[in-house]
Amino acid sequence: MRTNFKTALLAAALLMSSGSALAEGNFWMWLVNFSRQKEVQPVDNKAYKDECGSCHFAYQPGLLPGKSWAKLLDEKALADHFGEDASLDKDTLKEIYDYTMANAAEKSYFKRSRKIALATEDGEAPLRITEVRYIKRTHHDIPEKMVKGNKDVKSQAYCNACHTKAEEGIFDEDTVDIPNFPKRD
Amino acid sequence: MKLHKILMAAGMLLASSVALATPATDELFARYKAEGAAGFDAARGDKSWHKESRGEDGKLMSCATCHGEDLSKEGHHHKTNKVIGPMAPSANKERFTDVKKIEKWFKRNCNDVLARECTAQEKGDYLKFLLGK
Ligand code: HEC
Ligand code: HEC
Ligand code: HEC
Repeated sequence: MRTNFKTALLAAALLMSSGSALAEGNFWMWLVNFSRQKEVQPVDNKAYKDECGSCHFAYQPGLLPGKSWAKLLDEKALADHFGEDASLDKDTLKEIYDYTMANAAEKSYFKRSRKIALATEDGEAPLRITEVRYIKRTHHDIPEKMVKGNKDVKSQAYCNACHTKAEEGIFDEDTVDIPNFPKRD
Repeated sequence: MKLHKILMAAGMLLASSVALATPATDELFARYKAEGAAGFDAARGDKSWHKESRGEDGKLMSCATCHGEDLSKEGHHHKTNKVIGPMAPSANKERFTDVKKIEKWFKRNCNDVLARECTAQEKGDYLKFLLGK
């Protein structure tokens, strides 16, 4: 982590010294945003939001590593996507594929994405965010009755049922509200 | 009060006559006819919309399972609980305006509910029924 951060700084500095005004602008934007980049980059692609947000909340690309998106966003895999037909035409699939690859966990500076990237660095690519070690760990003490047994949640996969700002990429404790169960302190 | 009611009735008439077709549905009705469908019937569409059959996972399902009973209100995806915007064009202007979108969801939803694709006749009847809402 540390070394990656240093490398990024170095690269940014190099870009700057190359004299490109654009790179300089990006660098300052990046630095200003860095302190706020604690969460997950919100979705900013219309095709992704429309297609991948119709049956469930549109999971941010920063919630899984590229190798997971590559498995999920395959023509055959989408025809049987967790038991549903989520197939896309070629052009849309390419746009969505490219978008997730460019914004996958390991490409992101957002804190939570970095944790997800780290947790999935080795081993098989998970097909579910709920299988990522970091996500499992942050949820393991939530009782079943609040998830599966809760008619307004049903599954750990429906992040936005409990995380009221999930669409904005915000998952911190303060914005959690489990339906039908009073806030725990 | 009376005037109010008359105005409302007029408004509703207007809304329903406006909603009876969109360029996208015109195109689809023509396509379905070319594929062999005879005339389209809203009452038949209504009936199949509510008819329950065993979907892929063996549970009894109909189109109303996700789109709800009142088409002017939001529905909920039966698995994911995700809110689905109202199906009635009178309540949701974006409905039935995109040929590709309509065909894509007919394919998915017919497979979910009937475990097969819908025929041109069935799709035309569904659309006729939905456009009147
Ligand atoms: C036709 C409906 C439908 C569409 C369209 C769809 N999905 Fe899904 N998706 C599902 C269902 C159902 C599940 C399983 C949820 C469950 O476990 O209950 C799921 C699960 C997922 C999961 C795993 C969530 C977890 O952590 O358990 C990911 C990731 C996902 N979808 C991504 C996508 C992407 C990316 C797209 C766009 C290409 C997409 N989905 C489009 C229905 C859909
Ligand atoms: C049943 C409700 C529920 C669902 C569904 C749920 N979460 Fe959570 N999540 C929680 C609660 C409660 C916490 C806080 C745990 C604690 O007390 O620290 C949490 C914590 C987190 C954290 C850590 C927050 C922090 O401040 O460290 C992340 C990240 C997170 N959730 C992401 C997700 C994602 C992504 C999904 C969907 C794949 C999801 N959650 C689905 C209830 C839920
Ligand atoms: C498993 C849940 C589910 C079932 C069952 C279901 N639908 Fe859908 N339907 C959806 C979702 C999700 C969308 C897309 C989200 C949206 O458009 O708001 C959709 C969209 C549609 C559209 C596209 C409307 C438009 O905007 O152009 C049509 C047409 C449609 N459904 C018809 C049907 C018919 C006919 C049936 C019964 C055979 C049916 N649906 C059953 C979930 C379902």
